[in-house]
Amino acid sequence: MRTVLLFAGMAGLVLLEGLTGGWNTALGIVNMGLISAVMALGVNMQWGYAGLFNTGVVGFVAMGGLAPVLISMPPVTQAWANGAPRMAAALAVAVGVVALAVVLYRRLTGRTRVLAMLAVLIGGFFLYRALFDPAVAAIEAVNPAAAGYLGGLGLPVLLSWPVGGLLAAGAAWIIAKTALGLRSDYLAIATLGIGEIIVSVLKNEDWLARGVKNVVGIPRPVPYEVALQSDTDFLARAAGLGIDPVTASTVWVKLLYAGLFLVVLLALIWLMERALNSPWGRMMRAIRDNEVAAEAMGKHVTRRHLQIFVLGGAVLGLAGAMMITLDGQMTPGSYTPLRFTFLIWVMVILGGSGNNWGAVLGGMLVWYLWIKVEPWGNSLMGFVTSGMTDGSALKAHLLDSAAHMRLLTMGVILLVVLRFSPRGLIPEK
Amino acid sequence: MDLLNAIVALANFVLIPATAYGAQLALGALGVTIIYGILRFSNFAHGDTMAFGTATVILVTWGFQAMGIGLGPLPTALLALPVGIALTSLLVLGTDRAVYRFYRKQKAAPVILVIVSMGVMFIMNGLTRFLIGVDEINFDDGTRFIINARDFKEATGLAEGLALRSTQVITVVTAVLVVAVLFWFLNRTRTGKSMRAFSDNEDLALLSGINPERVVVYAWLIATALATIAGTLYGLDKTFKVFNYFQLLLPIFAAAIVGGLGSPVGAIAGGFLIAFSEVGVTYAWKKVAGYALPEGLEPDGLLQLLSTEYKFAVSFVILIAVLLFKPTGLFKGKSV
Amino acid sequence: MSEPFLIAEGMTGGYGAADILHNCTLKVETGEIAVIVGPNGAGKSTAMKAVFGMLKLREGQVRIGGKDITHLTPQARVAEGMAFVPQTSNVFPTMTVEENLEMGAFLRRDDIRGTMEQVYSLFPILKDKRRQAAGELSGGQRQQVAVGRALMTQPRLLMLDEPTAGVSPIVMDELFDRIIEVARSGISILMVEQNARQALEIADHGYVLVQGANRYTDTGEALLADPEVRRTFLGG
Repeated sequence: MRTVLLFAGMAGLVLLEGLTGGWNTALGIVNMGLISAVMALGVNMQWGYAGLFNTGVVGFVAMGGLAPVLISMPPVTQAWANGAPRMAAALAVAVGVVALAVVLYRRLTGRTRVLAMLAVLIGGFFLYRALFDPAVAAIEAVNPAAAGYLGGLGLPVLLSWPVGGLLAAGAAWIIAKTALGLRSDYLAIATLGIGEIIVSVLKNEDWLARGVKNVVGIPRPVPYEVALQSDTDFLARAAGLGIDPVTASTVWVKLLYAGLFLVVLLALIWLMERALNSPWGRMMRAIRDNEVAAEAMGKHVTRRHLQIFVLGGAVLGLAGAMMITLDGQMTPGSYTPLRFTFLIWVMVILGGSGNNWGAVLGGMLVWYLWIKVEPWGNSLMGFVTSGMTDGSALKAHLLDSAAHMRLLTMGVILLVVLRFSPRGLIPEK
Repeated sequence: MDLLNAIVALANFVLIPATAYGAQLALGALGVTIIYGILRFSNFAHGDTMAFGTATVILVTWGFQAMGIGLGPLPTALLALPVGIALTSLLVLGTDRAVYRFYRKQKAAPVILVIVSMGVMFIMNGLTRFLIGVDEINFDDGTRFIINARDFKEATGLAEGLALRSTQVITVVTAVLVVAVLFWFLNRTRTGKSMRAFSDNEDLALLSGINPERVVVYAWLIATALATIAGTLYGLDKTFKVFNYFQLLLPIFAAAIVGGLGSPVGAIAGGFLIAFSEVGVTYAWKKVAGYALPEGLEPDGLLQLLSTEYKFAVSFVILIAVLLFKPTGLFKGKSV
Repeated sequence: MSEPFLIAEGMTGGYGAADILHNCTLKVETGEIAVIVGPNGAGKSTAMKAVFGMLKLREGQVRIGGKDITHLTPQARVAEGMAFVPQTSNVFPTMTVEENLEMGAFLRRDDIRGTMEQVYSLFPILKDKRRQAAGELSGGQRQQVAVGRALMTQPRLLMLDEPTAGVSPIVMDELFDRIIEVARSGISILMVEQNARQALEIADHGYVLVQGANRYTDTGEALLADPEVRRTFLGG
């Protein structure tokens, strides 16, 4: 009942926005809100189900965002011809070296082990660079202004969503293998690190996704507004509803996206609810509530944690791919941890950790606030400073600072919820 | 082959910058490790405490400059430092009262405190932006160089110049003084010893009549002072930018963990280890190798292992290696 | 005869809903050694913790030197002259032996050097190792540090929770000798022991607890002689 009321309230906020600010903005908020909800679901799996504290959300989201570029952009054939084989060889060497080092670590002991590993790793690194550097140069030399990267496979963009999940799951697996089983703070710090690194790879490896030069014009799963506006059927229908073609086409496109996202979200929730109520889900919660007892009962705590961490990472990657598809462009510079890690955490904590519906509500609501706090801050500051003389330094400073109200508000929300309602808006059953 | 020039180039591009950076990281890591030792959680707000502290120091510096107060060749910020520490301490102690104490009384799990510190981080970040904006600020108004590269070349006749910036010397001298005072405090005073006792064995400290709230207040005060000093030194040496301070969190945590969380000596060693690795791995060794290797063997490439954008990867790899092979850190920190 | 120095009467209580202690009574005269023995899970350590205020009592009261301290916190009881040596993690491992002793005297504002000399003369080995970290010492030496730390508060009642757990028989005898010495100096001792026979040999009074209640109470000698006690609790 409470859940229904809260979601009705959320719908009310969106309706209000639609009526006052236009349906375009309202649907914009809904679309990013749905994506945020998927991200919140991913974090909720890791934290709410298993008590794993992931501070590298931004990295998994960015990893997933790479998928639309790699899957749906047209391949840059020249770059493929010039550099792809060498690049493949370089990456194969890198994987081989790491694998060899792991084998050596398992097989040898004592000083021989250290020396052998060092030799393999250092030698391997130089071999890798010897292959990698010319490959990068060859790829980036091809039409650097418009391409300068390998491009993608030219496949439908929707295919990139599961692929984004797989990419992020891979990253999650690597980090989980190293940092799980240690105390919770260490996982937080290790994930913080992997997040930073994934983002800096995306920013700097131009051959992969053009780095900070950005990839624009990623194909869409829905029609373009311009195409709709020249489609006679569509124009006739818009005219029949009495909406002007520009508004009609933008709203229609956004509605299509919203439909796609909603399908994904509902499918995920359905899967997750089923998983949560299966023996596997009960075991997960048993482990979360008492790790020691679960271990004593013969449960492989670390292995279960690994599973859930990788699954949660996959959901984050899926959301990342969805977001890039919505934006139609990949801009690695926009991946900041405050926006993509800590904001998602506020969503999960506010919504109710451990409850999927809570995470969804938190995702929508916090995104709504994130968008709205800035104009509210502006009007608040306008009100506060209305008595001051124009041109005073304090007035100018206060008006400029309104933009920073967002972070402050999010911090306050997080602390207030943790203190007074730690179970969130929709508590775990 | 020209060893003298090789050594000068090495000092100029690696040893001196890494030493200054290491000192800054060490001070930051000391703050993290002290909070961990006493309050037993990793404080994610530490980077933003550094930023907030530095922002107050900058504001006070501007105030002093407007009043015409300065330190001559030294940056005015050094004079503003005590005021900045005092102001930041007020904020931090207020935060402890309003936020952390509640969870301490509840004996909340460390991970809850980490999440709470994340909320504090948001607020401090917002406050800092509110105070001073997001732009890069250069607030060093002292003499720029102690040794200037051109003068050095003229004086020695070497091809390589050696530049020693005053902020680098100030960083190292300040860090040495601060660490000396800190260790004196921890090892020689009653309060300092009671903090170590509390960090070692909380229950027994209570049985001995040590007041936990007092210890906590001292821990925050010390951590805040260290954070403000570290942040100011970093800002003087480079520039001040809010987001960069958030990013320092990773190398600082890495330094504290590599040294062993809770171990002050470890934090210092970790700071220098991380700094030297970062600079060493991201430095293009072509120049040094060109001087040091016999003629004909000079390398063609830059000899840069990783581009500077990946400097965080260095802290991360060291961190992971330590977590995998020696989770308590090099100097035996607290629990795993 | 005046009232015993420590009286803990009719203690009833536990950690959660279920009581662990049932009307348990312990008394210690000045300068006397009292030992609590009993099977595993008899509530020995719990009784000790109740005396020290680490457990909330539903019924009963604790008096020391005639003063009712039932509602004082453990810290306040330290100020009343009680000192407690926990069974495990009873030293500050990274601090030196001397610093451990100093921390024992944390609440004292007077000169502590005299007390420290007394502790060193009681445990001479500690004087040799006083600059060494307590965590690096052997088990027996660590126990000496723990007892020494407790003595630094100049207590009138010293409470020891299984001081000989995990130390060799020779070290145990040595430790018991020291405890007798401490008692001779006028400090009352209340001790929980797993090694019941040896402990009762040095005890003035013994308390045999079973399921949180007093089963036998007598002098140590008498308990050792009691065939019933021997058969059930001392293994024949």
